[in-house]
Amino acid sequence: MPLTDDLDAQADARQSADDKHTADLDRRRFLLKSAAMAGIGGIAAAATHDGELGGPTQTFRGAVPWQEGTADAPPGASGSGYAFFAPAEAAFVEAAVARLIPQDPVGPGAVEAGVPFFLDRQLAGPFGRGDHYFLGGPWPKGTPEQGYQSRFAPAQYYRAAIAAIDKYVGANFDGATLSKLALEDQVKVLKGLESGEIKLDEGVDSKTFFEMLLQNTKEGYFSDPIYGGNKDMAAWKMIGFPGAHYDYKEWVSRHGEGVPYPTVGFKGRPGWTETSS
Amino acid sequence: MTTTLKPVDAVLVGFGWTGAIMGQELCEAGLNVLALERGPWRDTATDFATGFAQDELRYMWRHHLFQNVSDDTLTIRNNTNQEALPMRHLGAFLLGTGVGSGGVHWNGQIWRFLPSDFKTKSHNQQRYGKGSVSDYDLTVQDWGTTYEELEPYYDQFDKLCGTSGKAGNLNGEIQPGGNPFEGPRSNEYPTPPMIQTYAPTLFGKAAAELGRHPFPHPTGNLSQPYTNPLGAQLGACTYCGFCEKFGCGNYSKASPQTTILPSLMSKGNFTLKTECEVLRVELTPDRKHATGVTYVNSAGEEFFQPAEMVILSAYVLQNVRLLLLSGIGKPYDPKTGEGVVGKNYAYQTMSSVNVFFDDKILNPFIGAGALATVIDDFNGDNFDHSGLGFIGGAYIAGMVTGGRPIEMIYTPEGTPTWGLEWKHAAAKNYLRSFAISVHGSCMSHRGNYLDLDPTYRDIHGRPMLRMTFDFTENEHKMSDYLTDRAAEVARAMNPREIKLNRRAGSFSIKPYQTTHNTGGAIMGDNPTNSAVNKYLQSWDVSNVFSMGAGAFPQNAGYNPTGTVAALAYQAAHEIKARYLKNPGPLVQA
Repeated sequence: MPLTDDLDAQADARQSADDKHTADLDRRRFLLKSAAMAGIGGIAAAATHDGELGGPTQTFRGAVPWQEGTADAPPGASGSGYAFFAPAEAAFVEAAVARLIPQDPVGPGAVEAGVPFFLDRQLAGPFGRGDHYFLGGPWPKGTPEQGYQSRFAPAQYYRAAIAAIDKYVGANFDGATLSKLALEDQVKVLKGLESGEIKLDEGVDSKTFFEMLLQNTKEGYFSDPIYGGNKDMAAWKMIGFPGAHYDYKEWVSRHGEGVPYPTVGFKGRPGWTETSS
Repeated sequence: MTTTLKPVDAVLVGFGWTGAIMGQELCEAGLNVLALERGPWRDTATDFATGFAQDELRYMWRHHLFQNVSDDTLTIRNNTNQEALPMRHLGAFLLGTGVGSGGVHWNGQIWRFLPSDFKTKSHNQQRYGKGSVSDYDLTVQDWGTTYEELEPYYDQFDKLCGTSGKAGNLNGEIQPGGNPFEGPRSNEYPTPPMIQTYAPTLFGKAAAELGRHPFPHPTGNLSQPYTNPLGAQLGACTYCGFCEKFGCGNYSKASPQTTILPSLMSKGNFTLKTECEVLRVELTPDRKHATGVTYVNSAGEEFFQPAEMVILSAYVLQNVRLLLLSGIGKPYDPKTGEGVVGKNYAYQTMSSVNVFFDDKILNPFIGAGALATVIDDFNGDNFDHSGLGFIGGAYIAGMVTGGRPIEMIYTPEGTPTWGLEWKHAAAKNYLRSFAISVHGSCMSHRGNYLDLDPTYRDIHGRPMLRMTFDFTENEHKMSDYLTDRAAEVARAMNPREIKLNRRAGSFSIKPYQTTHNTGGAIMGDNPTNSAVNKYLQSWDVSNVFSMGAGAFPQNAGYNPTGTVAALAYQAAHEIKARYLKNPGPLVQA
């Protein structure tokens, strides 16, 4: 089989093994050139970020590419207050998640852990927009085994479901909303959603919404605090998970011993920033 | 408008494990090779550095490294009486994308299939009678290749990865401490096994007391530093518990990035283009020869890339879809049983047993992707199936991949999933429980197959792949029997209690099970029963090769990557030894 010629004139990008001190410069030139060739101008784009599709096309040849300052750092939550939830929705969510994970001396409740804020930022962002969901039609209901079949992205689903549940509560509990119910009635409504016994309007399915809410609540409760939940890493401390450590070699064969490492998140732990007296 | 580019010797469609292997091998043979990857470039320092790699929310639940299904997914149904509907977000399996693909976020479980696994039909037929391979409408086949043929290539992959383990059968001699049921190995593992944490150790002791044969799981999470034959250096695993679904920040999990790319990317005759999706393979009018591939880049521009050889090195589901979209091979028809492309789609039959202690702190967060003590006594045909009503089996693993709290909190039977009772159970059991995994085979079945969906289309207007799949009676019987065997070991550990998570009901796309999809472009000994020959070469278009687990005629009770890699190396060897000198069919039909 005949070998084809060199593809094109990118050979100058090749990193010469015996010319190491120019390697970084070459690499940078190489990236710049690739970027220019791909027609995007400027520095070659970093990795695609959460929820974005279609980063610029890049061509790599002759070297392992690497670029300074492009680490794909996690997209933490910022600010305070609600960006997505309207006041009535916030009241619903705060009541519901407090029943899903209640506060007591054993460990934090979902509200105390900041789960409503976590949910708000998730729903206001790529997850809420359904950036990783296929939402095209048609939309028949399907079998339980076929999973989620709504045309709604998660944020739309929450919005529609909360309104539909409060409508159901109003019709069955004298015009109240979930947050105004006695705690045992709140639990009763949540159980009715979980089992599917309560039927909802507005194109939402009670079981589907309950599953989503419970999953997202546990995500907020147990994910790194940078996402807005798991305040003070209290949920991790409750179960004994030490957090974002990356080296346990010393403890692998110390069977049955508790690991004394302090709990740590991506932004460290309080002890790191306390000033010594 | 389509722009025609300069020809290359070989184009790789997809750049994960098989793309990297084929790229390395073909470049070493002097070919000009172009890889087209639909996802982005990824490297350890930029994309999964230790400073932020341990992020359960982002990687596992927000799918940051996985295929984004928003513009391209597949449709699913359990049987042909149903209407297939799109998998609207990832669940049962977590598809890869980007450079390294699933090789980035796999567990590093490196298995060889048993010699008898390659003769599923003839072996079982001989031992258990004709019905054993055709009951329940099973359509199992022999592979057309053998363990003995593949052994050098399994060995090559072990050396590439630096696999940590203990041989159980060295050149026919059974070795203490290894898996006595495995096929003969020509060499010991390149590095010693990982050190076992508490739970796998307890599992191994209990299994031995029952007369089973426990051994350390062979792993690509390295027990010690290793330099592979390509000069790539891997570090020792730190047991951080974030392998599966995550990239390794520590260069200690074998991946294309840590084993091949440092060599391949520096070759002048290799080019990689990212964010380029191949739409179809182009054929000559007589449909017997591929002229190249048509692809679209992320700017929406379309190109024709001429190539002497086309290597489909994308994931199973994409390779099969490209064969169907390109008209390579006759599509399978479940009514007649004729046709080959899409035939014998299979999966993996998973179940587990949770074990709860009061008095033992297990520290589940100390883990690694393949950190386990395993018994293979009930896998494949390692045990007598007479009277059991099924073929196949599973390995049973006391396994701790990590203790990621959103996914891996185990609570006893009857515990609600929320409320104070759930919270108290989570707080009480997290440090004192773990899961025994039952990793079962999945035989092929007449009604389980892949084809093109008549309704749903991707962003490029191409029909999506349609998956028709359910577990058959053979799989349910196997799984129940194996789960009971796992429960025996669990009870022998003297825990407070155990919980059996059986494989019940129809296949569901919702809960995560495993990303071990197989079949649809199966290999075999002749064109009437298979899409590719033993060298993964299309019977119909001899300059098209289809890599990966799509070639499995049915799935064995092991993780597929070791066999996927061995098949790729065998194909590469044959291409280099014979095909390049004389392009054409490597096996006469």
